[in-house]
Amino acid sequence: MADTQRPLSPHLQIYKRQVQMMTSIVHRATGIALAVGSVVVVAGLLHLAAGEDSFDHFRGIIGSPVGMILLFGWSWALFYHLCNGIRHLIQDAGAGYAIPQFVRSSWLSIAGSIVLTVLVWAYVLTAGGAA
Amino acid sequence: MTARDPRNPLKTARGLGSSHSGVGHWWTQRVTAAALVLLGVWFVATVLCLLHADYATAHAAVARPWNALLLIAFVLTMFWHAVLGLQVVVEDYVHTRWKEVVLLVAIKFLAVLGALASVLAVLRIALTP
Repeated sequence: MADTQRPLSPHLQIYKRQVQMMTSIVHRATGIALAVGSVVVVAGLLHLAAGEDSFDHFRGIIGSPVGMILLFGWSWALFYHLCNGIRHLIQDAGAGYAIPQFVRSSWLSIAGSIVLTVLVWAYVLTAGGAA
Repeated sequence: MTARDPRNPLKTARGLGSSHSGVGHWWTQRVTAAALVLLGVWFVATVLCLLHADYATAHAAVARPWNALLLIAFVLTMFWHAVLGLQVVVEDYVHTRWKEVVLLVAIKFLAVLGALASVLAVLRIALTP
């Protein structure tokens, strides 16, 4: 692959920055982040299965400041991947390919992910105390 | 295909294309994505409901038949979708063949371990009185 003598197609740095480029890159990045975050889901289930002390230990870790910051990041990644994933499914069905629609739906994914994250964390913080 | 096969070679290539596996990967990624829209929203809602739950409440919630079933469905679909997604990323950016293969296999091993551990944990919670 790397030893090819043929000209390569222009890479990212050649293009003007556009929102639909960012949504695409961030979709991959959040996908990778969420795959890593699946460890927390597995850990939670294993600790819950292992008994009360084990579960309280897990709650202590995810309720700590670092744990909460990580959960905040993962929650945004999840909502972004969800919103933009729905956008991709609609596009896969053949809709929304006109450039103005494409740009608008990009911004919708971003806005949707922020709104959902704010709503969820407003609920978490008003429901009181650390998770 | 034998030499006497009257069919045009294009006949066997069509639908599979240069990847030799057709649209199976692409389609499965979309089907698991659609399932995860529903299961993911359910999972987030369930976790939010258990926000300050103590051990007994959380244990009882996961042990409920519908919750246990949907939780297993969520975890299996999530790891399946993650494997398909990470596979595309690795294939796109890792250009040394042996590193690519090692990464792809390692991802599959880890995902299967994670999925099995989760299912065993849910079953243990659901089946312990």
